[in-house]
Amino acid sequence: MRNRLLKQVGLWVLIVIISVYALFPFYYAIITSFKSGSAIFSVTYLPDSFSLANYVGVLGGGHFPRNIVNSVIVATAVVILSLLLAITASYALARVRFKGRGILLFTILSVSMFPQIAVLAGLFEMVRALGLYNTLFSLILAYMIFTLPFTVWVLTTFMRDLPVELEEAAIVDGAKPHQIIFKVFMPLMWPALVTTGLLAFISAWNEFLFALTFVSNNEQRTVPVAIALLSGATEQEIPWGPIMAASVIVTVPLVILVLVFQRRIVAGLTAGAVKG
Amino acid sequence: MATIKLDSVKKSFGKVDVIKGVDLDIRSQEFVVFVGPSGCGKSTLLRLVAGLEDITSGTLAIDGQVVNTLSPSDRGIAMVFQSYALYPHMTVYENMAFGLKLAKTDTRSIEERVNEAARILQLEPLLQRLPKQLSGGQRQRVAIGRAIVRKPKVFLFDEPLSNLDAALRVQMRIEIAKLHHSLEATMIYVTHDQVEAMTLADRIVVLRDGYVMQFGTPLDLYHHPENKFVGGFIGSPKMNFLPCDLLGDSAGQAMVETVAGTRVPTTSVVNGERPGSGFTLGIRPEDLLAGGGGDAEIEGDVITVEHLGAETYVYVDLGMEEPLVVKAAGNSAVSHGDRVRVGIPAAACYLFDPREQAFARPAYG
Repeated sequence: MRNRLLKQVGLWVLIVIISVYALFPFYYAIITSFKSGSAIFSVTYLPDSFSLANYVGVLGGGHFPRNIVNSVIVATAVVILSLLLAITASYALARVRFKGRGILLFTILSVSMFPQIAVLAGLFEMVRALGLYNTLFSLILAYMIFTLPFTVWVLTTFMRDLPVELEEAAIVDGAKPHQIIFKVFMPLMWPALVTTGLLAFISAWNEFLFALTFVSNNEQRTVPVAIALLSGATEQEIPWGPIMAASVIVTVPLVILVLVFQRRIVAGLTAGAVKG
Repeated sequence: MATIKLDSVKKSFGKVDVIKGVDLDIRSQEFVVFVGPSGCGKSTLLRLVAGLEDITSGTLAIDGQVVNTLSPSDRGIAMVFQSYALYPHMTVYENMAFGLKLAKTDTRSIEERVNEAARILQLEPLLQRLPKQLSGGQRQRVAIGRAIVRKPKVFLFDEPLSNLDAALRVQMRIEIAKLHHSLEATMIYVTHDQVEAMTLADRIVVLRDGYVMQFGTPLDLYHHPENKFVGGFIGSPKMNFLPCDLLGDSAGQAMVETVAGTRVPTTSVVNGERPGSGFTLGIRPEDLLAGGGGDAEIEGDVITVEHLGAETYVYVDLGMEEPLVVKAAGNSAVSHGDRVRVGIPAAACYLFDPREQAFARPAYG
């Protein structure tokens, strides 16, 4: 009896530690964002004042609303393009027998092993050559370099597990490859698509280095860079209030996305296709 | 409505030859069953007809038109898969309508044809369900419905009943036979179950290692197997094989000597065959006479008795690897350890030469 109680208590202590570890930074950002003036510099752990001044400041002036729109455009485009390319590529990699398939798969994976800084210079030349410097397209192009390898890999693994008979039934029904992919396989791949899509969105949304390098114009910046470059009235002043408010604002879309799509991440969607 | 002609069709996967030259002439509206042990190439042969695999060499013609390079949907075939292969995200209605939608059929005739198929297969109350809400038998019906709505010239079935339980299998077997009569389409059906083959087929193709061993009606295969393999494969329990020597013939009919020096007269015609060893005598369990009689008798100890109610199978040890199986009456009193005499009627014997080819003989029974 005492043993069980001890286990229960231990479990809850662990839960509390993990929750505090995971959530405290974000919690602190939220309460700080609601403080104003010099209250920011007094350390408190409970909300003691409430002011929207920081939010009004961030959203009202400057380029920040535009930066949010930029981020949304870039991240959405990256997700849609990556998934579209990855699902067609994974069909070929999972279902079409051709020479060098294994090597190709490995090459795709190995691309994601390079650190960002290693490809930065070469990518910069590419962006310049294509005339994309200082545009959002440069970021879409750059981000797909690290979203495509894992979307292709995850979707290939997932597609390989779909029953072959389903594809053959579709072929007998007269479906062409694109109809097999989009009408038969894609509806069955929602869990994988949602998971990889979310990960691609988050990494594109948070990316800093490429965004800093390929875009020099305040109008075209995405949020992470915009936040880092928020400046106060003087050089000595770091505007913690607006920075916290901006951070909270850009986190909200991610939270909403995960909440909306978590229902889609359900296993067993292929139940009933084949025996068992 | 459609004839199918295979002309020296071969299929290799890399260096492995799976189908080694098959010639078949399937008539319009015929129900043909491909049967054989696993690995004999029967499913591959069906998939070649379907167009899911490319033919390595030879020609395949449907209705006189060579279709080697046509896609499955352009061949006018429909296929029912062993695992049903229903689209899990579509309702029963959508599953059946999918092929028609791809063919850009207009909505009204899609509706007509799906409803017609649903009526034939008694699926009407289930049209809005998803496959996962159906039982095995219902899923099988949907799979058949999906084939029917396309009004194909040829139906292909790949072991469609092997995932069902025994009772349902018998029921679906009867329904498929009824379907064949009402649809008047050519059907090819693959199974490893020789009972299914015997009950459904107009003609059976027995396959082994990529070769056709025999192509004929069920009774033809039963009474006149062309070789030892077909003799052993058709019929349950399987035919008994006894090694024997050919002694000679009287009036063209063979006389053989088998285990323990038993001399057995047969009605097999062995014109000009030289006497010698290496022959095989085949006798079906149902033709043997428990308790003795017939034209020759053989004796042995009973090692197992199987009572099935209507009949009894007695396993008799003749000192060979395999015991002799004898069908006896349902109320047979024979028990383990008894010494029994088994009678062999001459007209019931099959005789195979050392190359396992059968000698001709008059029909029996």
